Amino acid sequence: MPTPLLEVRHLRVEFPSRRGTLLALDDVSFSIAPGEVLGVVGESGAGKSLTGAAIIGLLEAPGRIASGEILLNGRRIDQLDEEAMRRVRGKEIGAIFQDPLTSLNPLYTVGQQLIETIQTHLDLSTNAARQRAIDLLESTGIPGARQRIDQYPHQFSGGMRQRVVIALALAAEPKLIVADEPTTALDVSIQAQIITLLKTLCRDHGTAIMLVTHDMGVIAETADRVAVMYAGRIVEIGAVQDVIHQPQHPYTIGLMGAIPSMRHEVEHLAQIDGSMPRLNAIPSGCAFHPRCAARFAPCSRERPDLMPAKASLAACWLHDDRHRKAAAAVHATLAAIDHGASLQ
Amino acid sequence: MSALPKPSPARPLVEVINAGRSFDVSAPWLNRVLQRQGRTILKAVDDVSFTIAQGETLGLVGESGCGKSTIARLLVGLHAPTSGSILFDGEPVARFAKSQAMRRRAQMIFQDPYASLNPRWRVGRIIAEPLRLHRAAVVDQATGPRVREPVTANDVTDQRIDARVDALLRQVGLSPADRVKYPHQFSGGQRQRISIARALATQPDFLVCDEPTSALDVSVQAQVLNLMKNLQRDLGLTYLFISHNLAVVRYIADRVGVMYLGRLAELAPKTELFARPLHPYTRMLLEAIPDLEKTGTSRVAVAGEVPNPLDPPSGCTFHPRCPYANARCKAERPELKRHGLTLVACHGVDEGRIDAITEPVAVAS
Repeated sequence: MPTPLLEVRHLRVEFPSRRGTLLALDDVSFSIAPGEVLGVVGESGAGKSLTGAAIIGLLEAPGRIASGEILLNGRRIDQLDEEAMRRVRGKEIGAIFQDPLTSLNPLYTVGQQLIETIQTHLDLSTNAARQRAIDLLESTGIPGARQRIDQYPHQFSGGMRQRVVIALALAAEPKLIVADEPTTALDVSIQAQIITLLKTLCRDHGTAIMLVTHDMGVIAETADRVAVMYAGRIVEIGAVQDVIHQPQHPYTIGLMGAIPSMRHEVEHLAQIDGSMPRLNAIPSGCAFHPRCAARFAPCSRERPDLMPAKASLAACWLHDDRHRKAAAAVHATLAAIDHGASLQ
Repeated sequence: MSALPKPSPARPLVEVINAGRSFDVSAPWLNRVLQRQGRTILKAVDDVSFTIAQGETLGLVGESGCGKSTIARLLVGLHAPTSGSILFDGEPVARFAKSQAMRRRAQMIFQDPYASLNPRWRVGRIIAEPLRLHRAAVVDQATGPRVREPVTANDVTDQRIDARVDALLRQVGLSPADRVKYPHQFSGGQRQRISIARALATQPDFLVCDEPTSALDVSVQAQVLNLMKNLQRDLGLTYLFISHNLAVVRYIADRVGVMYLGRLAELAPKTELFARPLHPYTRMLLEAIPDLEKTGTSRVAVAGEVPNPLDPPSGCTFHPRCPYANARCKAERPELKRHGLTLVACHGVDEGRIDAITEPVAVAS
């Protein structure tokens, strides 16, 4: 296996508060290979955006990395000082955020912002940087880039603005892009354009993407691998078709069942009762156990770590050899319930 | 469960007849004079007609700015139509302003459960407010039949209101103990349940739901959608369900209308629309949605964006993005015409230039 581009090991992010320390990310480990698209999916509060923010060094105070390490090309970047991190950001890691309007400065033209970014990271004359900015805008599919480069962000539509943001992220040819909900604010037809654009650009440049989103459909079409997060931990990680078509963690199974399908008519959506726990009230053992239909003895006592589950890794005791017998009994009960439900 | 009288199929509950609504978005008078500009009129909804039968769910889909929320507001009387008419149970919706009895029968659920609940009120008060306004509606659903005759206000004591609030909370899957809490103590999904309870308080017949699950996570969205389906079955409700998410509409609606720039492009029974979409815009929308079953495939992206509604294209407003457009599409505006079970506004379909379906969109069902 080639050395991963990004490696996150046992990352733990805390928010100290007056009423004790809140643990927002707990023991998160994953890696991204060069050129790979890793989807990170989860519901609000799962910690997916926080993982992205920790990687690009933009955790908002008082949040801090309490332990664990983040390595980019084998070099630790979680302990860099502000100035060194600023050079990594943009040059080695690009960022795309949800709302293109807030990531562009309304007082500067698109060209000024692009040229500034390019000159910060690359040793180019202003003219060369301007030419590069135009090329970048053209490669993101903005018609009439030569004229539009001197326009302000408000003169662009939402989809066009997000293209500008992508051009900004790619300006210094980073090897990794952290994209946090890049299409959530866009209409479906525009969303499809942006996804296609991200995919082709990154394939052409060999850029890896960490794609954070709540939309399984976007993940399905874009990602190579997917990590499912719940209450600050990764509960399942694997190749995208394995996780989507054969989810192994009960949470992932529930999540997939809850998504209304475009292709099938369903009478009743599967639903996971309850909601994501708050950070100050994370249940003991497996954080998902109060909502889990398949819970059994060890779930409330002991926290499961990621373990092999078919082709993926899942943090669930159902896949542990020690509990094989008990797990089989749970499966039998669940199957009986399913059968009963389908008879109704 | 359904001891409700079956409505006569002859008379739809809601009739929208050539309704239009424009907004004056002109610059201030002085600017117009100095810059020699005329008035700017935005046609948010333009010549839209459809009906909703009792007990039916009509889904409306479209991208931002297509006028779906304006239709929602027209239907509950928050806006008056600038042309055409909207009838609710045979009466013009314009009369909502005068008739409390009518207003009681149509309620609305909004998109953002954070903005639509008063943060300073306890949940009990939020749900009881419509009951205090429409005292006549306080009749216990569990024990009595649905009573249409007015109950005099004096019959409705505070105890009865309290009992009704408790029943409503239970009906939407919350606990009567929740009535003393404030909205911030609830999650997004629970807040949307509170909105639903408030909308159901007056025993409406018709609920207008404007993107009710768009702000929710998928697992919570499933809870709310299932709840809405069950309530419809139990109470015989009629829904207008507005969403930008076609999969959600496919799950909840019986018929689906697709809107583009203030006009209906296609209106068809759900199964028909998803199996045989006719309008090129509908096909584009169906094609554009990221699909769980399309892992690893690359898509053909659709070109173009929604045009500026202040300056819509001539003829068929979709023609600049349409792969099938010809000279007629640029010049002449297509009207909704019937093709089988589908109503579609497209010259191409009408002339048989566009095949009924080129590739199967929905094979399995």
